[in-house]
Amino acid sequence: MANVQAGVPPTEKALQTEREGARPRSDLSRQRLRSAWMFLAPMILVLALVAGWPLVKTIWFSLTDASLSDIEAAKFVGLRNYWEYVDYGDGEGEYFGLLFDPQWWNAVWNTVYYSVISVTIETALGLVFALVLNAEFKGRAFVRAAVLIPWAIPTIVSAKMWAWMMNDRFGILNDMLMAIGVISSPVAWTADPDTAMWAVIIVDVWKTTPFMALLILAGLQMVPGDVYEAAKIDGIHPVKVFWKVTLPLIRPAILVAVIFRALDALRVFDLIYVLTPNNTQTKSMSVFAQENLFQFDKFAYGSAASTLLFLVIALITLFYIKVARLDLGGRGR
Amino acid sequence: MPYVVKRTGFYALVVFIVLFSVFPFYYAILTSLKSGTALFKVNYLPVDFSLANYADVLGNGVFPTNILNSVIVAVTVVAISLFLAVTAAYALSRINFAGRGLLLLTILAVSMFPQIAVLAGLFEMVRWAGLYNTLFSLIFAYMIFTLPFTVWVLTTFMRDLPIEIEEAAIVDGASPFVIVMRVFLPLMWPALVTTGLLAFIAAWNEFLFALTFVSNNATRTVPVAIALLSGASEQEIPWGTIMAASVIVTVPLIVLVLIFQRKIISGLTAGGVKG
Repeated sequence: MANVQAGVPPTEKALQTEREGARPRSDLSRQRLRSAWMFLAPMILVLALVAGWPLVKTIWFSLTDASLSDIEAAKFVGLRNYWEYVDYGDGEGEYFGLLFDPQWWNAVWNTVYYSVISVTIETALGLVFALVLNAEFKGRAFVRAAVLIPWAIPTIVSAKMWAWMMNDRFGILNDMLMAIGVISSPVAWTADPDTAMWAVIIVDVWKTTPFMALLILAGLQMVPGDVYEAAKIDGIHPVKVFWKVTLPLIRPAILVAVIFRALDALRVFDLIYVLTPNNTQTKSMSVFAQENLFQFDKFAYGSAASTLLFLVIALITLFYIKVARLDLGGRGR
Repeated sequence: MPYVVKRTGFYALVVFIVLFSVFPFYYAILTSLKSGTALFKVNYLPVDFSLANYADVLGNGVFPTNILNSVIVAVTVVAISLFLAVTAAYALSRINFAGRGLLLLTILAVSMFPQIAVLAGLFEMVRWAGLYNTLFSLIFAYMIFTLPFTVWVLTTFMRDLPIEIEEAAIVDGASPFVIVMRVFLPLMWPALVTTGLLAFIAAWNEFLFALTFVSNNATRTVPVAIALLSGASEQEIPWGTIMAASVIVTVPLIVLVLIFQRKIISGLTAGGVKG
């Protein structure tokens, strides 16, 4: 899973430092233009090879009957992997394809459920963490360092660590919860269908809350201090200040963080694959696609699932770009 | 509410946050130092100090090779993406050309790509190029997430540098390449270190491509190697060894992150990076 990703848009102010082409084209600017494309060419080429072409191929495979053993022999079959009506005659027939596959819809539901719940908890908890880290207290630097630790740990390692902590017989989580009386008998967190999804959510919350907290903290630190001073002088209750002043001011920061996390959550693979292998209750869209591609020898079908997931994420990305009002052109608005 | 109660409540929250963040890794270390049947007794404080699990994971099998593989892949990926990104970021941030907005948008879009969307196409490409089961397949594939990210962050960084710094060089007739190498590079070390480190972490942690493009134990990278460490049966999962391996691959990351803490936080927030 891509662990790091570009994000918050460059500010408009920054873009204005760029001089607009008011002056006439000189030899100099032509030379600069030429070198711009020379500088960009290698990057564009690599991105085209590693992202553009493979994406086109994946979409193409989703329209073929490709199989893992002989990908080259793939033949075009139209939308059959997504939607197919097989007529049995006598007015009887059946729909096949991804859009009629209950397992696919199960994966969609799992992914959405996981994304909504984990992102919601992470946002709430991240906000609390950010408020604490924004306060002045002894040892703040230490706490901030501690908070970075889950973020630095590889997802696979987090999954294994928690799998051990959640072990039904020897796990420390059951031991703790039984000691304080929350549960009376050991729970098989990752294996039990009722708790498997929650096990995944717990680990995800643990791992990504720091990221949320840091993004929200950045927003908090941009709130000017005199806003609080004024509220204090007017004798407004801190809770009211939080809801009426702080929260509206940091809403953009929270929104950006939420969309990032949501995009990341929707493509979840590693955590689920390692923490709860072969569990119908937690299978995500990415896991569904990967299994079909490489384990069930349904390469074309898996490609179709990948394509649909791509479309979902593309739509959300477009929505994000609109919401965040990215100014990319530098031509002013 | 009396001050004392408020203060106590606040510090209780701080303690909770620290325990919540640190405890799982602490427990992994504690487990990795246990041996034999001690593993199956829950302890909250260290009772054992046995390096048997570490000796096991480093002494037998291919795990040391896996670590080396991960280092090779991550370092190469960082070097290539930084090199491509510095020049590209210069063009994107300091030179006005038609189509720049579209290009930036495309780069941003690529950074949002779900890896699974390119998996089938990349797999075919990797096999076609004869890179299956080699580290080259991973070095190539990882560009999809390290390159857009480094370009984006370095572009933001370069854009904020004042115009004056390159004006003198332009007047002196320096070529753009010389300007990048002589004028910008020296100023960019902080940004390069941060983005390089974040790209390193991303490449070090990657799982899906590593699982798909390599099927040979000696060529695997550490995340896959750890995921596949298993015993003879469900009941014999070698938790001690798994925890030792986990600690080995995580400690360097944590040390790096703690050393560059401030830079990472500013990179995470200003450049906008997600973890």
